[in-house]
Amino acid sequence: MLTFLNHLINGISLGSVYAIIALGYTMVYGIAKMLNFAHGDIIMVGAYICFFAVSTFGLPPIVGVLLAMVVCTVLGMVIERLAYKPLRSAPSLAVLITAIGVSYFLQNAAQLLWTSNPKIFPSFLVVTQQNADGTQTVKSGIQFAGGQLSVSYATLITIAVCVVIMLVLTWFTEHTKMGQAIQACSEDKGAAQLMGINVNTTISLTFAIGSALAAIAGVLLCSAYPTLVPTTGSMPGIKAFTAAVFGGIGSIPGALLGGILLGVIEIFAKAYISTQLSDAIVFAVLIVVLLVRPTGLLGKQIREKV
Amino acid sequence: MGEMLSVKNIDVYYGSIHAIKNVSFHVNEGEIVTLIGANGAGKTTTMHAISGLLRPKNGEIIYCGQPIQKMEAHKIIRLGLSQVPEGRRVFSGLTVQQNLTLGAYIRNDGKEAIQDDYDRIFELLPRLKERRNQSAGTLSGGEQQMLAIGRALMCKPKMLLLDEPSMGLSPLLVKEIFRIIRDVNRDGVTVLLVEQNAKMALEIAHRAYVLETGCVKMEGDATELANNIEVRKAYLGC
Repeated sequence: MLTFLNHLINGISLGSVYAIIALGYTMVYGIAKMLNFAHGDIIMVGAYICFFAVSTFGLPPIVGVLLAMVVCTVLGMVIERLAYKPLRSAPSLAVLITAIGVSYFLQNAAQLLWTSNPKIFPSFLVVTQQNADGTQTVKSGIQFAGGQLSVSYATLITIAVCVVIMLVLTWFTEHTKMGQAIQACSEDKGAAQLMGINVNTTISLTFAIGSALAAIAGVLLCSAYPTLVPTTGSMPGIKAFTAAVFGGIGSIPGALLGGILLGVIEIFAKAYISTQLSDAIVFAVLIVVLLVRPTGLLGKQIREKV
Repeated sequence: MGEMLSVKNIDVYYGSIHAIKNVSFHVNEGEIVTLIGANGAGKTTTMHAISGLLRPKNGEIIYCGQPIQKMEAHKIIRLGLSQVPEGRRVFSGLTVQQNLTLGAYIRNDGKEAIQDDYDRIFELLPRLKERRNQSAGTLSGGEQQMLAIGRALMCKPKMLLLDEPSMGLSPLLVKEIFRIIRDVNRDGVTVLLVEQNAKMALEIAHRAYVLETGCVKMEGDATELANNIEVRKAYLGC
């Protein structure tokens, strides 16, 4: 029972990372109707920035995270401006291929800049305890049930961050002018322009938000799986994309649900079926879901009256 | 009563199709002017050229003394030129209230002033009030049209462009919509109305232009045109 609980918590934590990445995919898809395959590599850039800030320059972790967010936000907006904006009225296949190209560009640029030697991401999600005798113990998690169930701080923080992001993003899209503009552009760009909304600025803003979230996801991902290489972002990126489709692409709650389910399924498959087959099982579940519900779990049903 | 909008010799292309050929017309302040014509005559294209969703290849569009033919759509509305698009195009996933709030997107004159305008819109369109927290996609066609008009009025426009507001509505609702348009005009908003329903349009308009295959074929006083034999034959069916 306790092992089950342990796997469940780990699954939710991994799923939270997928969910945060999936939010970027889903928001960008919602507004620009494109799959930004470079999104996964922005995660990698975010993780590297945080790594260098903390390990090389010795900055406090929180500064590293903020720096990573700033760099990724700018990177996301620059990519949108240079690679995707000129293709706004191009066929979607051209945009898709461009996105794949940007993804390879980022991976290779990272290899050139930072080499393909793995970097070991610092584990800074720990608590240092001052003991009575003056020594220090570094605790990386909390023990429950007499040490049988241990949950790391990284796991807890990942889940907490995901919840906070979801709440803030839901509030943002429902109750702020910018958020409403994003929703309006996602539905009908022409009508949004007639309201006075600058569609280009709004798309740029969406990329900025998605990329900042990718930076957070990169740091959280590498806190759990500390080996950092230039291709670190690609597999989680693909899985988060899967999660977004699973939950219903374009839907913010769908990204959360899809992400969490995907994480839990993956960890359970690893624990109870087979480590090697876990990815195959994840994708098999996706295929089954899409066969039954082509729009994903929370995908929008077409219910507009004409 | 000066000229508020004047369209001078515009040519508009849809890809390689020459949709609007050398079209000119004007709207005076305070008027209701209607562009009537059959399907494919170029009415919506003309509207989109004015609101900035399409760019004319040649010609000029002057609004309140300012050329706007090269301006982007999201800037044109800031000049007080608001469009109710063809097919209503309300944001169906958002609530009625959120749609109206987006209508006031360009305003920054404070919450209270905007709140007053919600009340004004709900007075003009009482059906929307009952449904303010309902998502716009669940409204009936007539209610969606009212919402589209209400949304376009939320920015306090000087001039309202209406593109086929009667499309797909029952005769009773068409009457209701036209009554609303007349009320809006009486409140001081200049109206340019594009319609296939020539009979209703000529009834409320001051002046009219007849558009045929991308060209202005006739123009004049609305009552005169309504009595014109050619117009009666082609557009009024009598």
